[in-house]
Amino acid sequence: MSNQETNKIQDHNVSDAAPAASLPRLGMAAPAFEAVTTHGKIRLEDFRGTWVVLFSHPADFTPVCTTEFLAFAGIAAELRQRNVELLGLSIDSPTSHIAWVRNIKDKFGIDIPFPIIADSNKDVATLYGMVSPGESKTETSRCVFVIDPNGIVRAMIYYPLTTGRNTDEIIRLIDALQTTDKHGVATPANWKPGEKVIVPPPTTMEDVEARLKAGFECTDWYFCKKAL
Amino acid sequence: MACIGPQGELTESARKMLTALESPSSPEDVASRTSLPLFRVRAGLRELAEGELVTMINSLYTPTDRGRSLLA
Repeated sequence: MSNQETNKIQDHNVSDAAPAASLPRLGMAAPAFEAVTTHGKIRLEDFRGTWVVLFSHPADFTPVCTTEFLAFAGIAAELRQRNVELLGLSIDSPTSHIAWVRNIKDKFGIDIPFPIIADSNKDVATLYGMVSPGESKTETSRCVFVIDPNGIVRAMIYYPLTTGRNTDEIIRLIDALQTTDKHGVATPANWKPGEKVIVPPPTTMEDVEARLKAGFECTDWYFCKKAL
Repeated sequence: MACIGPQGELTESARKMLTALESPSSPEDVASRTSLPLFRVRAGLRELAEGELVTMINSLYTPTDRGRSLLA
């Protein structure tokens, strides 16, 4: 069986027809898929109950992607402590992925602990709008999709082919999203864990009065922070 | 997960999962016993079920006679 055949999207809720190009929306269900990976066939639904960072890279055996894989491998344990799993993807074959992972181990001494989707026929890349034809019609851009334990798309990041991503920002983003879920707050620019958070703006006059009495650090009625 | 090798033998992870099914178990139970990530256990148990090495009843997995024989 060819890679294209084995990598075919087999979601039981979706027809076998090639998926239409699309872009997930924040707050909506992440598109379901089943794909061949370096850890065997995996469905998105297998991650239910954990956060997923689904990220694409342009191609195996390329220098920027290699630096990114080293960086993602470096944060994998930190992410797992946060109940987050990494899932890579590129439009390459399983054999290419395996050879590259082995090469990274050989040349850099680093194990790649997460699965990588071999999306040879672009099915998952198409579902997630990972190909930017203005840059390349045959490679995925450097996309990141943060999917929560309920399978909802919570954040998306797109970087061009030339520019490696910042994995510290991905951890910061996860921390911010999890803080929002746990405490019902928002997080300001450049927020890091331990810093004050934003109390969501009031929506009624009653809320405004209650807020002003609540002891928050308010610059104005709509701009209040608090420590957690 | 690739639970079954080219010669029909169990892979290391498949062996771990089958061994962990000492009684009907959920994927969460198996993940806890094997220290494998839950997503890998779900994918692996599905593959083992497709290979008729485990059966699932009421969301709990049990080895089949064939699965037990491969463990021996």
